[in-house]
Parts: sequence; structure tokens; C-alpha cells
Amino acid sequence: MTPTPGPRDPLALLLYAGAAVLLVGAPFFFYHLFLTKVLCYALFACAFNLLLGSCGLLSFGHAAYFGAAAYVAGHAAKVWGLPFEACLALGVMASALLGTIFGYISIRRQGIYFAMITLALAQMVYFLALQLPFTGAEDGLTAIPRGKALGLFELDNPLVLYFSTLCIFVGALTLIHRITHSTFGQILRAIRDNEPRAISLGFEANRYKLQAFVLSAALVGLAGANKAIAFKLATLTDVHWSTSGSVILMTLLGGLGTLLGPFVGALMVVTLENYLADSGLPINAVIGGIFILCILLFRRGIVGEAQAWLEGARSHKAP
Amino acid sequence: MSTQALFGQLLIGLINGSFYAMMSLGLAIIFGLLGVTNIAQGAFYMMGAVFSWLMLRELGIGYFYALLLAPIAVGLVGAAVEKLLLSRIYKLDHMYGLLLTFGILMFIQGMFVYWLQTAGRPYPVPRELAGGFNLGFMYLPKYRAWVVLASLVICFATWFAIEKTPLGRSLRAATENPALTRAFGVNVPALMTIGFGAGVALAGAAGVLAAPIYTVSPLMGADLIIVVFAIIVIGGMGSILGSIITSLSLGLLEGLAKVVYPQGSNMVVFVIMIAVLLIKPAGLLGRER
Repeated sequence: MTPTPGPRDPLALLLYAGAAVLLVGAPFFFYHLFLTKVLCYALFACAFNLLLGSCGLLSFGHAAYFGAAAYVAGHAAKVWGLPFEACLALGVMASALLGTIFGYISIRRQGIYFAMITLALAQMVYFLALQLPFTGAEDGLTAIPRGKALGLFELDNPLVLYFSTLCIFVGALTLIHRITHSTFGQILRAIRDNEPRAISLGFEANRYKLQAFVLSAALVGLAGANKAIAFKLATLTDVHWSTSGSVILMTLLGGLGTLLGPFVGALMVVTLENYLADSGLPINAVIGGIFILCILLFRRGIVGEAQAWLEGARSHKAP
Repeated sequence: MSTQALFGQLLIGLINGSFYAMMSLGLAIIFGLLGVTNIAQGAFYMMGAVFSWLMLRELGIGYFYALLLAPIAVGLVGAAVEKLLLSRIYKLDHMYGLLLTFGILMFIQGMFVYWLQTAGRPYPVPRELAGGFNLGFMYLPKYRAWVVLASLVICFATWFAIEKTPLGRSLRAATENPALTRAFGVNVPALMTIGFGAGVALAGAAGVLAAPIYTVSPLMGADLIIVVFAIIVIGGMGSILGSIITSLSLGLLEGLAKVVYPQGSNMVVFVIMIAVLLIKPAGLLGRER
């Protein structure tokens, strides 16, 4: 595991400052809703990475938590008329609950079986979303009202929407960073690298795995709930397996197990989808092709490869 | 409810079950030999159906020839995919096999959707198998009886080829211990290509059989593979006979659910999977690999 550069590293400081300037300045140059979408999917990917990167658990069904939170938050805002924050909280709670149940079931098997089980469970959620009365089946939930952030700022203003999403994103990312660098995060990595050893050292591997699973599902839920409010929309696409696949691609493309990798990956995939939507090219085939290339050629992802390159350059300088 | 409806649904369940059996058999061969969980199996199933439809429309090749030719074509595509892509990742974690085949699935399906759009296209039931028998308690369409029969024969032939032929012997040896098999002078990489081709050809054959029952569409295999995965979680990939029986009985249960509780019929396999995981986490027949 290569540690992410610490805050005292001048290069890292420069990087963080640059990222901050970019994130704050971006809405003055780009389309707000597009940026908001990038942030939502970036958070989705970062939360997914919490499970795959730190714990080595490949979930093929994270769309279930994303979509469930989107439906619950959308329903809370539209039908119950709850304020923005309450909708987010309900969405997070729903996906955390779902994550607890599904996590408990799926951690009973390992490796690719774990992936298959999460995929099958998510497909069940998809069928439920198709049939339950409150999800609107094929139409989904539309025209979800956005309301106000903190009861003060009108979220219908795109700039406010972007900055509220940015706050949520930065907060969640900080939390993820704290989690991965805590003792808990280290135990997760120990389990990932050598589970029997971790168990023999007295760690209840399954308990930690479940905790990581629930944390990841809850943060994915935050992304899903925010996305439903921001785009006034919760549809079957949110719970479909292709969404689970696309979040895996974002994480892999950006860099598995890195803090900023999923963000970079999400930025690239969302940009690509936006760009391809008008070009008439087959989006899924292109994404599949990138998936294949990424796995064959640069498995560490863009940020991962860059980090490795930087480290290589540094070890050359200092003998 | 009428017995007609009950037996009709059970027959459809049996047919779906035999498709599941062919798909999971192919998956088990591939996983045993290559260590790859081929999530693209559904795309190869679709490919088999689309190829037979194209053969009929463009070349006038009839159903029975297509039943032979389309799986061979699918198998050749599979062999090329194995040689070009999959052979590069065997040394990595099993996870990458799943992810790579997911990319392949997206690519194949995306290209077919781009080419043919998503609309379903009907494939006529071959003349020799049109009509049906009246059994008194139900009407049995000839074609549906044929599908069950044909897929059982294909499954049995696969079992025979693996257990009783020289090629099957080396295949089993390579599954058990590739390094040692290689030391005995067996060309294991070639065997892996053959194994992957044969595994996806089984899915292709299921696709041809399915073409006259379900309409041919680029998306027809998309959700099927997830059900097959759940069946594998339930039954394991250990024994051929075991996976055939698990697939058939889950297909039947699905058919039964369509009569008793239609809203939940597409979830019944998943619910059974959950129950099995809670009661016997290693699966009904499986041992962990």
C-alpha cells in the first residue's frame, strides 16, 4: 500500500491547493449541473472504493444502495415534503439499513462468490423498484422538489446547488480519508492482505467487513440521495446493474485504493458519457472497450500510475 | 386455477431451467479451467440467438443447421476472445477475470444494440416442430418438448465428453493441476482456448434453442446471467450433474411461482439464494474454491 502523500509534503499541499481552486472556480467556467453530476458520481465512486480499495471486497451491486437512497430521498421530498437535510438523512438511513442486511448475507462467501451474491441481491432490488407502488416503475420519480439547504439557500439556484453538493462531497471525502487512515482502516487492509492471519491475531474479520460494507453503503446512499434531489429524478437506471458496473469502472480507471482516483475516474466517465450522448456512438460499447483496455494495460488506474511514477522519480533522486 | 395453466407454466419453468443448466455448465467448465467467472456468458447466449436469426434471414440457413453452426461460430468468437484478451490476465487475482469479462459483455452487447437496436425480432418455429400434442391434462407444443429434450441431450453429451473422452481427460487434468499436466506434454494454453470456446458455445446453443420461444434481441441475455449466478451460488460449480439438477429444479420453482405468486416470480431464485446462504453458507453442493 502506497501511503497518500501527507499534508506536510510540499507537493501534496500544492496539489490540494490546486484542487481547491479548481473546485471553487469550476462553476464559473462549466455548466453547473454537469459539475454537480460529476461530484455525485465521484462521491459514489469514492464510497465504493472504501470497500474495494481498503477491504478488497468487490461488490457488483452498489447501484442498489445508490438507487434505494435516491428513491427514498425523492419520495420524502416529493410526497412527504420534508426539508432537504431530512431527505438526505432518510436516504442514507435506507441504504445503510439495506447495506446491513445485504452485507450480512454476502460476506458469508468470499472472492468472486461475494461479487455474484451482491449482484444477485442488487438485481432483486431492481425488480422491487420495478414493482413497488411508490417508485413509479418505468417512469421513476420525477419532478422531485429541491427545497432549501439549511432552510436558507434556494437549491433551485444552480450555483447554490453546486456548492451545497461540493460541501457534502468534501465532508464525505474527509470522512473517508479519516476512516482509511484510522486503526480501523489498517485492520481492514490487514484483512484484505491476509485474512487468516488477521483472524489468528484476534480480529473478527467478518465484523470488520460488515462495518466497512455498511459505511460504504451509507456513503453511497448520501451520493444517491443528493443526486435524486439535484436532478429531481430517481429512475430504474439508478438501481440497474449497469450503474454498478459504471462505478466499478470509475474507480478502476481513476485508481483503485487511492483517495483521488475515483474522483478522476468519475470525472472522465461522466464527461465521456455526456460527450458520447450526442455523438451517436454506442456509449456502452465504448465504455466496455475502455474497461477492457484499463484492465489489460493500466490496472493501477490513472492516479495509481501517476503515484507510482512519482515515487519512482523520487527514489531515483534520493539514493 | 386450471391444470392447463399450471402445467404450461411448469413446462416454461423446465425450459428456462434447461437454459440455466447449459449456461451454468459452460460457466463451470470455464471457471474450472481458466479461473474466470465469465459474466459475458449472457452476451454469448444472445449471440447464438442473433447468429441463428441472421443465418435464416441473410443466408436462408434453416433451424437445424443453425443449431449446429451458430454455436460453432459463437465458440470461435469465444476462442478469439480468450486468445486475445483473457490469456493475458491468468496470473492476476480472479477479480480481474470477472471485471475483464464484464468489459467484454458491455462491448459485445453495446455493439449489437448499436447494430440491431433493442427491438425484439421473431424467429419462426421450424416446420418440423410446429404444432403439438394434446395430453389431456395439458397441451404440449412440440417445439417446447424438443427444447427440453435437446438441452438434456446437449448437457449429457457435455458430461460424456468431459468424463469419458481423451480430450475430456486432459481437460480435467488441466483443471486439477495445470503445471503438472503441462509437464506431461499436454498443451494447456490450447486446452484453455478450447475450454473457453466450448463453454461459450454451450451458451450459444441455449441461445439458438431460445430463439423461437423468446424474441431475438440484443438484450435477451442481460438479466439471464444474474439468475445463473444466483443458481451457481446455490448449487456450486463442483459437479456437472449437481448443477444440472439445481438449474432444472430452480427453473421449475420459478414456473410454479408464476402460477402461485406471479409478482414475485422473478425474485424467487434470489430469495432461495438468500435462504441457502443463511442456512448453509457454502452452498447446497459446493465446496469453496
